[in-house]
Amino acid sequence: MNTVPAAIRPDRFAHRALRHWGERLIEGALFLAAFSAVAVTVAIVGVLFYESLSFFEHVPLRDFLTDTQWTIMFSDKHFGVAPLLAGTLTTTGVALLLAVPVGTVTAIYLSEFASHRVRETVKPALELLAGIPTVVFGYFALLMVTPALQWFMPDLPGFNMLGPGLVIGVMIIPYVSSVAEDAMRAVPMHMREGSYAMGATRLQTALKVVMPAATSGVVAAYILGISRAVGETMVVAVAAGQQPNFTFDPRQSGATITAFIVQVALGDLPHGSLEYQSIFAVGLVLVLLTLFFNVLGHLVRKRFREAY
Amino acid sequence: MPYDAQAVRRLVARGKQWDKVFVIAGLLCLMVGVLTLALLLAGLIHDGAGRLNWEFFSNFPSRRAERAGILSAMVGSSLVMLVTALAAIPLGIAAGVYLEEYARRNWVTEIIEINVTNLAGVPSIIYGLLALSLFVYGMGFGQSILSAGLTLALLILPVIIVSTREAIRAIPGSIREGAYALGATRWQTVRDHVVPYSTGGILTGVIIGLARAIGETAPIITIGALTFIAFLPPAPLGAEFPFLSFEWLRSPFTVMPIQMFNWLSRPQAAFQENAAAAGVVLVVMTLLMNAAAIWLRARYRKRIKW
Repeated sequence: MNTVPAAIRPDRFAHRALRHWGERLIEGALFLAAFSAVAVTVAIVGVLFYESLSFFEHVPLRDFLTDTQWTIMFSDKHFGVAPLLAGTLTTTGVALLLAVPVGTVTAIYLSEFASHRVRETVKPALELLAGIPTVVFGYFALLMVTPALQWFMPDLPGFNMLGPGLVIGVMIIPYVSSVAEDAMRAVPMHMREGSYAMGATRLQTALKVVMPAATSGVVAAYILGISRAVGETMVVAVAAGQQPNFTFDPRQSGATITAFIVQVALGDLPHGSLEYQSIFAVGLVLVLLTLFFNVLGHLVRKRFREAY
Repeated sequence: MPYDAQAVRRLVARGKQWDKVFVIAGLLCLMVGVLTLALLLAGLIHDGAGRLNWEFFSNFPSRRAERAGILSAMVGSSLVMLVTALAAIPLGIAAGVYLEEYARRNWVTEIIEINVTNLAGVPSIIYGLLALSLFVYGMGFGQSILSAGLTLALLILPVIIVSTREAIRAIPGSIREGAYALGATRWQTVRDHVVPYSTGGILTGVIIGLARAIGETAPIITIGALTFIAFLPPAPLGAEFPFLSFEWLRSPFTVMPIQMFNWLSRPQAAFQENAAAAGVVLVVMTLLMNAAAIWLRARYRKRIKW
């Protein structure tokens, strides 16, 4: 009998096959972990649609979209989402009025003017600002910013949308400035050098060469800021008064979609009641709103990307 | 010639003055963020320092503001974080490893990547709605520590996935090739080389994620956490057999940010003083965690030279 070399004896193959299956098993497990991201998205969309469906069985979609009152907690119930949307858009608008100019100037400064050392010390500080719990910012808005504003505007009520809007603005500055700065730093150096060679100053170069070249990224930064501001919850829940109010005047009190969800959840309502279902319906509106802005940001970045 | 050399020089000099104006504007804008941080901290400490004593940490919440404390909130936060960490860290790292080391470039991978990016942009309160329907009622976990921990785990999953991927991407291909050349399988390469070498980056992401989870209020309120909890969950370690108990997972609870929100939404000034003190504790915790993450990142970035 001739002997089979050790390297190709059958038991060795068996060992390899086992090892192969082990590898396959591990790959499968890792794939499932990665696929959980898809599962979570599907679950979010599924839950929101499923629970909203029972809400819209009781409330006509037309009322939901056209009525200008949201009085679900009262006996005379109106189901118009408009006041909540108005509150959301008002606080977001105030936040943007602060965050867009400040964030843009910060980004230009960090990208075009600041020394390496300044950048390396300031960016972590901004990151720390982004890490502060939002309920703490609610305290800041209610007990520090609003009283300070009342000093200038004596008529301002204790609960208003201006204070929370400004605080949300400060909260989203780090997001806006860091994404915008990344976009500006991606502009190739030779474009700046060309501009300097023509005798342009730093500021002229920044505004007339770098900014136009980085438009898509800068706009995407604003849109990221919007979608953060729209989803912000605790600041408005604490400091805006939780009264659905169909107005775009930031000096009045108001409630956003998120603040309403918090208000209902605090009330500990029975599972399956109309109020319980309503928070899923407005949650769906919120998701569609942020999805709209996220997709818009993605498209802007893709459509207007300048390739160098 | 409209411009002689002198005129051009003057023109440039005038332009450069605007540079200086802009530098001042830039510094002012930077200050908005930094100043807010400073004002916030100073205000919280000023309002809350009077309450920060041993009783505040060792007392339960109370109807009397000066006797109220954060013991149940601290214990609740710790236990919720434990569940969150146990669920999110393995899942997040596994997903990150798959996407970097195993995934083929095809449409399935693309869908997963789009979903990870989108999940990072979903408002946190939406995770609360998901958990309310799925964990609290669907799976019957109730308004418990388990529900809250899993909710926050889903919330920080994208953070951990993204940082794991970034850390793994920084490892040069030659490390993997070296392992394969010695006959290691893919999993052996990942287990013995790729994951250990990216520990620093992964840890940074984990800490940032947990720091975010510890301060999250909205999703926990949405699942209906109680705010007045004057007892502790059953202890996980018992004196009798089987020594380990998982009763605490089903226990009602409160966490630090909710305790603060509760005090903040009361009109009495005495309770708002408590809110400020709780805010100081919360901010110190998150700042320490974030600072640790930033320090860790800088340290690992410097130390590793391939």
